[in-house]
Amino acid sequence: MDDTNAIIQYGLNALQLGSFYALIALGYTLVYGVLRLINFAHGDVFMVGAYIAFFVSSFLLSPEGLACGQTTAFVLTLVLTTILTSGVGVTLERVAYRPLRRQGAHRLYVVITALMCGILLENANLALLGASSRTLPDLIHKEVINWGGVTITNLKILIFMAAILVFVLLQTIVMKSRFGMAMRAISWDPFAIPLMGIPVDKIIVFTFVMGSGVAGLGGLLYGMAYVKLENTMGMMMGWKAFIAAVVGGIGDIRGAFLGGLLLGAVEALVPAFLPSSYKDLISFSILIAILCLRPTGIFGVPLTTKI
Amino acid sequence: MKKYTLNFFFLALALALIAAAHGNWLDKYTINVLIAMGLNIIFAVSLNLVNGYMGEFACGHAGFMCVGAYTASIISLMCFSAKFTAAPLLPAWLSPVAFPVIMAISGLTAALAGFLVALPSFKIRDDYLAIITIAANFIIISLIENLDVIGGPRGISGMSRTVKAMTATLDIPWMVIWVILGAYFSIMVIYRLVNSTYGKGIPAVRQNEVAAEIMSVDTNKMKTVAFMIAAGLAGLAGSLFAHTYGTVNASSFGLLRSTEGLVMVYLGGMGSLSGSIMAAVAFTLLVEALRLGLPALNVFLHQGHLLPASFDLSQIWNWVIIPLILILLMRYRPEGLMGHRELTHIFPSLRRLITLK
Repeated sequence: MDDTNAIIQYGLNALQLGSFYALIALGYTLVYGVLRLINFAHGDVFMVGAYIAFFVSSFLLSPEGLACGQTTAFVLTLVLTTILTSGVGVTLERVAYRPLRRQGAHRLYVVITALMCGILLENANLALLGASSRTLPDLIHKEVINWGGVTITNLKILIFMAAILVFVLLQTIVMKSRFGMAMRAISWDPFAIPLMGIPVDKIIVFTFVMGSGVAGLGGLLYGMAYVKLENTMGMMMGWKAFIAAVVGGIGDIRGAFLGGLLLGAVEALVPAFLPSSYKDLISFSILIAILCLRPTGIFGVPLTTKI
Repeated sequence: MKKYTLNFFFLALALALIAAAHGNWLDKYTINVLIAMGLNIIFAVSLNLVNGYMGEFACGHAGFMCVGAYTASIISLMCFSAKFTAAPLLPAWLSPVAFPVIMAISGLTAALAGFLVALPSFKIRDDYLAIITIAANFIIISLIENLDVIGGPRGISGMSRTVKAMTATLDIPWMVIWVILGAYFSIMVIYRLVNSTYGKGIPAVRQNEVAAEIMSVDTNKMKTVAFMIAAGLAGLAGSLFAHTYGTVNASSFGLLRSTEGLVMVYLGGMGSLSGSIMAAVAFTLLVEALRLGLPALNVFLHQGHLLPASFDLSQIWNWVIIPLILILLMRYRPEGLMGHRELTHIFPSLRRLITLK
């Protein structure tokens, strides 16, 4: 009996970690699906989202600020964090990526810019806010639910529900709405689409809004689950989420979600066999293996290049 | 004789540097900056072979430096100290002879690691290759940090013993000499490779891989060669790094150091050897200028009450400025200072003053 309980407990932890990977991986996949650009700064947008959540919630809860009740504060933080983080993503697009796109720069230059934007965000955060890690104030009343020996917190349920909800929402938007059709069309043929009267820049901004908003939500939930915020958390989480997106087939929403959960499961399994410091090693080895053996991931369709 | 003017100039410069280091005419700080400059030159020039001449995008170059640094440290500690073995394996007077061998072995080990990274590059290009190389960088660091035998996350130290052994044998500034020789060796290897008939295949891969393949360039082989040489030279830089500072730590060879390499290569110009060298020199000076300039600026801004008293400008701003340079570079001058040209293309008169063979 104890063994099964332990396994279920492992599974639940894996589910929580996987949900975070999925939330961030969705952002990678959305942008890649439209622009064929790997937005390396996305992990750091997630980190900025967590810090925004920290500042917003501290302001809302503190007596010097608005002194809201816990529930009001949570809802307001959720909304504000999502909006503000999408602002960060859109700024990044406007300031860094769009000028390069207008120039028709080589895609390598865009990739370098993205990587550097990530490093810039990470270190600017450290330089401006200092090295001390922050703790997010309590936003929901934590309850432990006990189901026949298996304990689960309401926070874990919330995180998993949020991941599923976001996944379903994005999948519907991309596959069913006119916006989504335009998004898919741009990746199909970026030159013909403006001729069809589709506002390409608007669609791209919308994509960044969605991707970064989801990252902001992820940042808030991450802060609530793991409490401690550090400026370096974005890079590692970002890379792991990226691995998740690649495992699932980058560019595919289902792939990002499934890949996130899979990677979460693998990482939760590692400590059972090896010291937990091997986690990164295993994840990155998976990345290289997938890229060499099946670069399209689970759901991806191979892209043919014309010569 | 005229065509050797610059050759003699550089030789004289190198000798003057060694003499200055020997006679303590330069203080330790200046010497360290000069050594860092030499290491950066090796690092930038070798990365330029892959990122510039071959046009691939590898950004895990520091990983190879890490491999080289650790290999050199382990061998050096085994040979000249009792850290891993019961007693030093070699007598101390042999160290000046053994050191180049150690450098060569660490270069070869790094080249082997480079070979492993070159394999995926046959099929994969552009941003995916960037990912593979970054992942390789992370894997190397993670692997070393998990090996407790070689210090794990604490790193490894004690290589200064080897340097001391060399100094005890003959009292000259050994590390300065080795760094100068290493930089010279790296520059000559890359120069001769890309200017040879064989090496012309490397720029061919950049210009058009398919066309190069049709023109009977074995692109896979070219990629392997370029990756292995670049990684080997980075490993050489790593071995010099380990012995200059006497201590290595895997975490100091992360993505940030790889980024430094990228900044140098793209600042100097992709596919420009002289550009890389100048950029490496300029970059080292910039880092030192920031190291000295930021505290000064901090004091100045505080005196003018332009900054709140609780806020200090720290060295972290280095790492805001360096990525920013690259971002601006990509936006306004992606071909770098020199583009694909060399200094001798811009100033043709220089060609009469220098002989490179």
